[in-house]
Amino acid sequence: MPTRIAPLAITACTATSALGHGRAAHAAALRSDRGGLRANDFTGTALACAIGRVDGLETAPLPSAMADYDCRNNRLAWKGLAADGFLDAARAAIERYGAERVALVVGTSTSSIGATEEGYRDLDDGRMPARLRHPQLHTPHALGLVLEAVLGTRGPCLTVATACSSSAKIFAKAERMIRLGIVDAAILAGVDTLCDSVLFGFNALELVAPEACKPFDAGRAGISIGEAAGFALVERDGAASAPRLIGYGESSDAHHMSTPHPEGLGARLALDDALARAGLSPADVDYVNLHGTATIKNDEVEAALIADVFPPRLRASSTKGFTGHTLGAAGILEAAITLLAMENDLVPATLNSRTPDAACGPQIAFAREERTIRIALSNSFGFGGSNCTLAFARGALQ
Amino acid sequence: MDGLIVYVDGIGFWAPGLEDWPHAERVLNGEAFAIADANAKPSPASLPPAERRRAPEPVLLACEAASQACAMAARDPAALASVFASTSGDLAITDAMCATLAADPRELSPTRFHNSVHNAPAGYWTVAMHCHATATAISAGAASFAAGLFEAAIEIASEGEAVLLAAYDIVARGPVAEVAPSVVPFASALVLSGKRSERSRACLKLYRAASEPTTPAPLAALAGNPMAVQALPLLAAIASKQSARVVLSAGAGSTLIAEVTP
Repeated sequence: MPTRIAPLAITACTATSALGHGRAAHAAALRSDRGGLRANDFTGTALACAIGRVDGLETAPLPSAMADYDCRNNRLAWKGLAADGFLDAARAAIERYGAERVALVVGTSTSSIGATEEGYRDLDDGRMPARLRHPQLHTPHALGLVLEAVLGTRGPCLTVATACSSSAKIFAKAERMIRLGIVDAAILAGVDTLCDSVLFGFNALELVAPEACKPFDAGRAGISIGEAAGFALVERDGAASAPRLIGYGESSDAHHMSTPHPEGLGARLALDDALARAGLSPADVDYVNLHGTATIKNDEVEAALIADVFPPRLRASSTKGFTGHTLGAAGILEAAITLLAMENDLVPATLNSRTPDAACGPQIAFAREERTIRIALSNSFGFGGSNCTLAFARGALQ
Repeated sequence: MDGLIVYVDGIGFWAPGLEDWPHAERVLNGEAFAIADANAKPSPASLPPAERRRAPEPVLLACEAASQACAMAARDPAALASVFASTSGDLAITDAMCATLAADPRELSPTRFHNSVHNAPAGYWTVAMHCHATATAISAGAASFAAGLFEAAIEIASEGEAVLLAAYDIVARGPVAEVAPSVVPFASALVLSGKRSERSRACLKLYRAASEPTTPAPLAALAGNPMAVQALPLLAAIASKQSARVVLSAGAGSTLIAEVTP
């Protein structure tokens, strides 16, 4: 078992998704049960499903000095960075600590593969078209490169790409770097965008629902894919009121590339490690933001785990019905949503879902509730059996 | 901070015609070598036979190097946390998937899609080894090896457990090859530990500092593989069994220093 860690302050945080641009838009949507999913109007080839699309990216290219980085994923990163004064907060931290003392740890699954897909649709005599003939657009590290160029960080910079746990695991990477004194702060980013590979890929796996996803509903039929950008600034210290990262757990299912372990073994290991690092027991937890993708298997396994581990007073919900499954960005988007839930005394609804699956215990909140949340967890599980659970506290622990 | 100290307890190596560390070590110390067949693929005994035939190339490369390193270190792979580093991931799947999506997106194969994730080698490895420890797949462009090595050392220093690092790039195919070139496959793996043991072959002291990267990489036959270019300066220093200071590119003008001692 890992030992307890010192909490880290989350001194800035923002999110952009189908719910809107910034924290206020997300809080308003969560408070009013207003989801962001719409009928698929993204793919050139028809695909009947719901998507969580961010408006306006098509007409918002990067500034001309950054033109060689221009693609949908980087546009979403750029847009997300501007919300809630995050860019200013990040630059202030770089100024305060020095560029070498600030890490940039990013998580993405799609990266800029959408640009590679576009190049293949538009080949110029068998070559990538000139406008896309830039190496920094065709690498898993595209997001790290563009953000490093924008922010000017000179500390460690890496992309974690572990499918749908990517931008949850970056919190663990940052905590270790700060604990060891390698850096004083870390800028965390998770960005994934809609593209044909994920829409048609999940569709080929028969995991895409024909309508808006219904997590934990007995009649659920799969995921709705969304896109999002989330950012967080983590430091050793911060205001007493700043939320804290108090734990994390990472594990592997060792079961299958795209199906969860039937008993949720990896998810349980990640949960146990997160609680051990936080020095907490299950009874201390007020809220869990579930992975809750609305696939048959994920929700069945995750519901059984929650029912088994936590007392009935726990509240747990999936917010995928609001935003869609934002894949590599889901970890940090849902971390941001978890922090909003704490700040607003709000247990978000499991939107679109009405009839609990038989595996659901009393912990799963289908309707929105008002509730004080001091300690919260967020689950993220990905292909390859990659699991990560994050633990947060509302402010400095007493 | 003074630097992170790790011990190299096991080394795996695979390139066409250079299929284990003892051979690579001799070549890095001057034995003649030329690539015979740049399309050769390893067949790692650590994977079940069916996977050995059909698993994607990065999985084959990573699993071959990783199992060699674990065997040399006499470590049970089931207990090892791991970091998998690749500059560009599975460029063969990227090429095939993007070509299918351009022609008829509904023809995309579900298996090809789930194999397209950057952590496919980590997934196949942990499944085959029954390993429940954390596995992380990373990329940092031309600094992927340094980033993976540093991340492994950070996990060792903070969690107190040994970590497996696997680093690999396959051959690029199709139009994407022009913007992500790689013409020969290469993989290496290190089992790294925070404590010296009778298995330790080298000690690395790692820290970030502004410096000039060590170039050119040794072993010109592998110069067409981005990960080989990134990893070989360190591997050559280990092979030399001499003390050396290796400077690895760590992105945006930064470098990672590795002080190597036998």
